[in-house]
Amino acid sequence: MSDSLIMLRRNFKHTVRNPITVFNAVLLPIVIMLMFVYMLGNAFSVGVKYIDYATPGMILLAVSYGLGATATEVNDDMTKGIINRFRVMDVSRGAVMTGHVIVTMARSLISIAAIIGVAFGLGFRPSASSLDWLAVIGIIAAACFATSWLTVAMGLSAKTPQSAGLATVPLIMLPFFSSAIVPAAKMGAGVRQFAEYQPFTPIIESLRGLLAGTPSTGYAMAALAWCAGIGIVGYVWAVATFRKRV
Amino acid sequence: MSDSAIAASGLRKAYGDKIVLDGIDLDVRAGTVFSLLGPNGAGKTTTVNVLTTLLKADSGTARVAGHDVATETKAVRAAIGVTGQFAAVDELLTGQENLQLMADLKHVGAREGKRVTAELLERFDLTDSAQKLVSAYSGGMRRKLDLAMTLVGAPRIIFLDEPTTGLDPRSRRTMWDIVRGLVADGVTIFLTTQYLDEADQLADRIAVLDQGRLVAQGTSEELKRQIPGSHVRLRFASVHELDAAARVLAGATRDDENLTLRVPSDGGVKSLQALLGRLNDHSINAEELSVHTPDLDDVFLALTGHANTEVNAR
Repeated sequence: MSDSLIMLRRNFKHTVRNPITVFNAVLLPIVIMLMFVYMLGNAFSVGVKYIDYATPGMILLAVSYGLGATATEVNDDMTKGIINRFRVMDVSRGAVMTGHVIVTMARSLISIAAIIGVAFGLGFRPSASSLDWLAVIGIIAAACFATSWLTVAMGLSAKTPQSAGLATVPLIMLPFFSSAIVPAAKMGAGVRQFAEYQPFTPIIESLRGLLAGTPSTGYAMAALAWCAGIGIVGYVWAVATFRKRV
Repeated sequence: MSDSAIAASGLRKAYGDKIVLDGIDLDVRAGTVFSLLGPNGAGKTTTVNVLTTLLKADSGTARVAGHDVATETKAVRAAIGVTGQFAAVDELLTGQENLQLMADLKHVGAREGKRVTAELLERFDLTDSAQKLVSAYSGGMRRKLDLAMTLVGAPRIIFLDEPTTGLDPRSRRTMWDIVRGLVADGVTIFLTTQYLDEADQLADRIAVLDQGRLVAQGTSEELKRQIPGSHVRLRFASVHELDAAARVLAGATRDDENLTLRVPSDGGVKSLQALLGRLNDHSINAEELSVHTPDLDDVFLALTGHANTEVNAR
C-alpha cells in the first residue's frame, strides 16, 4: 500500500468519525438550500423556476462548506506533533497533503450528489445533455481540487486549528456574494461589482448554463482559468509553507 | 567508535541572536541509556530534533547508527524511533488503528502488522482499550500508546523526549519499567528529562545541559559527588542567635543576610532530634527549620553556579 493511500484511509476515518464535519459538509448545505428554495424562493424573481436557478449556486455552497474541516484537520496534524512522527518515518509531504486534498474532494462530491438529489426532489429539471453533464462534473471537480489546495495551504499557515477554521470563513461567505442565490445584476452598487468579478460567479454561471442546456464558452473559460489560478496559488503556497514549517 | 550508537561533536544551533545549542559533544554506547538532563529551554528538544533529522544544526556533525544525520537522513530514520514531548497519537483513530497505521507506514506486511499490533497492545496493557478512540484515553495511556507506536518496526535506537513529564507517579513507574525492558533487549535509549530521579533510575550516563552547553557528564554517582548533600536549614530571629548557633553547630555554613544556618544532615528523625537537642541545651531558639534533599535545583546550583530558574518558578 502506498503512503498516499494509507494517509487517505486515515483522513477518511477522521471525516466519518467527526459528526460536525459531516453536518457542516453534507447536511448544512441541504438545510440552506431548503431554506432558500422553500422559504425565500418565491420572493425572488430570477426569470426561471427558482430551484433551477439556485441549484448551481448550492453546488458551490456545498464545496465551500466542506473546507473548514479540512483546514482544521491539516492544522491539527501540524500542531499536535504527529507530523514529526510521519517525518521521522519518511512519509512524503506529498502523501500527507494529497491525503487531505483527496478526502476533501470526495467529501465535497458526496455532498454535491446529495444536493443534486434533493434538488430533483424539489422540482429541479435540468435540460443538460450527457456531454453537458460531463462538463458540469469536470468544472465541479476542478473547483473542488483548486479550493482544496488553497484550504490545505490555509491550514498549514495558521498557528492554531481554531484560526485555521476561521481562515476559511471568507471562502464559505463567497457564494453569498456571488450569483449563487440572486443574480449579481440585482445587487446594490459595490456588492454587484464584487459579485460580478469574484471567482465563484463564473464557476456558478458556467454550471448554470450547462445545466440549462445553454452552455457559455466564455463563462466556462473564465471558470477554468480561476480554478487553475486558485489551484496553482494554493499548491505553491501549501508546498512552500510545508517546507518552511517542518 | 564501532559500538557507539550516537556520536555528536560540536553541534551548534541558533535562532537569530538566540543560541540554543552551543557546541554539544556526545557519545552514547550501543545498548545503554543516556540521559540528557536539564530545565525547560536548555536545548534538550533541539538536541533530539537534530539527532533525529528533524532539524539541521548550523555546524558540527552527528552520526546515529553510524550514519550522518545531515547527509544520510534516510538511513538514520530507518534505524531510529522517536517519541516526542507531546504524544503524537491520532485521536480519531483507535489504539489498534494507530499501531496499524505505523505498521502500514513501515511496510511490515499485513500478517506481521497484525501480529506486532496485538503484541504491543498486550505488552503495554492496552488490549482492553484497543478498540476505543484515543480521544477517550488518559494521559498515561496516550504516552504508552505513543511509545508503542515508536516500537513498531523494532528500532534499535530510541529517542524519548521527556517521556514522563505530566504523568502521575504510577504511570511514571510503568514508563520506567518499559524503558528497562527495552534496554534489556539491547536497545539504545536517548532520554531527555527534567527530573534528576528519573535520570538516576534509568541512565547509565547522564549529561547535564544548561543554556545550550553540557556542563557535566558522567554516571549518576559521579554527578552526585559534585552535588552538595542533604542539609537542614535553620533561620534565626537575630544575628546574636545566629552567632550562638554557629558556635555550637560545627560544620555549618552561615548566611548573615538571611540569618540562616545550613547544617549538613541526612534529614532523618534521629539526627533532627539530636540537632534540636543541641540547640535546646544551649537555649537557642530557631525561628524556622527546613530539611533539604538534593534535587535538580542543587545540581544546577552546583554545576552551573546559577539556580535553575524554571524549577524555582514553580
